[in-house]
Amino acid sequence: MKILVCISHVPDTTSKINFVEGDTIFDKNGVQFVINPNDEFGLTRAMWFKEKQGASVDVINVGLKDTESTLRKALAIGADKAFRINKDPKNGITVANEIANFISNESYDLIIAGRESIDYNGGMVPGMLAEIIGANFINNCIALDIENEKITATREIDGGKEIITTVLPLVIGSQKGLVEESDLRIPNMRGIMMARKKELNVLEPQDNSIQTSSISFEKPKPKGDVTLVSGDNLDELINLLHNEAKVI
Amino acid sequence: MAVLVYTESEKGKFKKSAFELVSYAREIANKTNSSVTAISINTDESNLLSKYGADKVLNVIDTNLESFNAQLYSSVINQAALKESSKIIIIGSSANSKYLAPILAIKLDAGYVSNVIEIPISFSPVTVKRTAFTNKAFEKTQINSEKALISLANNSFGLVENSSNMISEEFDVNLPQNNTSVISTDKASDKVTIADADTVVSAGRGLKGPENWGMIEELADVLGAATACSKPVSDLGWRPHGEHVGQTGKPVASNLYIAIGISGAIQHLAGINSSKIKVVINTDPEAPFFKAADYGVVGDAFEVVPKLINKLKTFKLQNS
Repeated sequence: MKILVCISHVPDTTSKINFVEGDTIFDKNGVQFVINPNDEFGLTRAMWFKEKQGASVDVINVGLKDTESTLRKALAIGADKAFRINKDPKNGITVANEIANFISNESYDLIIAGRESIDYNGGMVPGMLAEIIGANFINNCIALDIENEKITATREIDGGKEIITTVLPLVIGSQKGLVEESDLRIPNMRGIMMARKKELNVLEPQDNSIQTSSISFEKPKPKGDVTLVSGDNLDELINLLHNEAKVI
Repeated sequence: MAVLVYTESEKGKFKKSAFELVSYAREIANKTNSSVTAISINTDESNLLSKYGADKVLNVIDTNLESFNAQLYSSVINQAALKESSKIIIIGSSANSKYLAPILAIKLDAGYVSNVIEIPISFSPVTVKRTAFTNKAFEKTQINSEKALISLANNSFGLVENSSNMISEEFDVNLPQNNTSVISTDKASDKVTIADADTVVSAGRGLKGPENWGMIEELADVLGAATACSKPVSDLGWRPHGEHVGQTGKPVASNLYIAIGISGAIQHLAGINSSKIKVVINTDPEAPFFKAADYGVVGDAFEVVPKLINKLKTFKLQNS
């Protein structure tokens, strides 16, 4: 089985979010970048398929050279080969199109992409990619087993979960639950050394989709101070929630 | 040129978000001199949509659509959009809607924008405001394609009544070949979900152990709320993963969010920030949550919560 994991290079979850150039561009200054957590859950499941079922695992990113540190981390975790499409993507559709173009020359059975990136939160790439290449698609995937081409997956739904069967080729939108957080791997020294020797191929972009474009960003207005209520005066809290906030 | 809105239902009953989406579509139709067409799948209560300003409803009744299937549902909506020559298509932000949306965007060749929080700022071209960076920023996005697919964040527009003379049509669809099917669904039918809840009661490690969740569930019961938890609590296995709210868990956009024994890590706050009113109950007055909350009680959850439950019960009796 050939697996491709799509890796997004995103600011660490604790990053300060600021914008530059007239609030049009995210300020990368001093920001630590990581593998998008939703992708990392997927990559970790892919490593399980590699180790238990002999799958091969490639990783891909659509981004400029600065994203290579994140791809090297994926290689250090255990991916076999990395590909970078050399382009600063401006929207989700162009990422999906570039990856679809790449896939048309390969033959992946399973493609894993996080259900959304934690920076732009578009939630577009896995579903769009599946539709473009004509693969089946399961979003919010929290369990995935493949035995002799038979696929059983669990999808998180609002208020529960459902079990689904489908066939390859398949795209999943991965998220927490696909593997446990404790199963995530921190690259060890051997992994890091080996990653340096693994292939990281840079490919030129082919797509010019401009269905959407980002105009500008703004930050939420600072919040007013909290109104403190004494634990001995909860009637006051109920009064505030009822009469002031009007939420009960 | 109708504005098309997909009105989501479950077991034949509309979700509240369906009425919010029709209200939102009505406002867009008014601003663009067009009409509102709703597409509804397997419900017999589509007459309810006229209250919020739908001009037409396309009713699809098909046993093959009994359980949700993103491939089939997106095909149905696509067929409706073609029939109505729709340039603006509105969907919700439930797990199902966000599942089908990117597939639908490709079918429609539409510019798709998720997490939209208000009426478009302009219509030529369509420009919308959305949340990004897990609620730590807003992004203004322009749609350059001829068609726009907008996913409206739950609870961001509200319900607006606007009676209309609605026509209702049966809509026959052609379903494509499909290889994906649901074997079983595990869903607590008596519990309100985090996605649909007006109020969410959430608790963290301050509760000390899973055995202490009885009072959280009771408080949620009194308020008709969904229960949720912080990341450490789901990681420790005290509560199911599906209850984890925050950056890597579920987003919350309720009217009222009550956080009990949750310190308020930046990742947690990002995930719940879209909630309108936030209440924190915590022993530590220095907990970061107090900076993010509207109302706060500095105190021990084990004393405050039972008292609050009793007082809310009395309040509910007096106000029912």
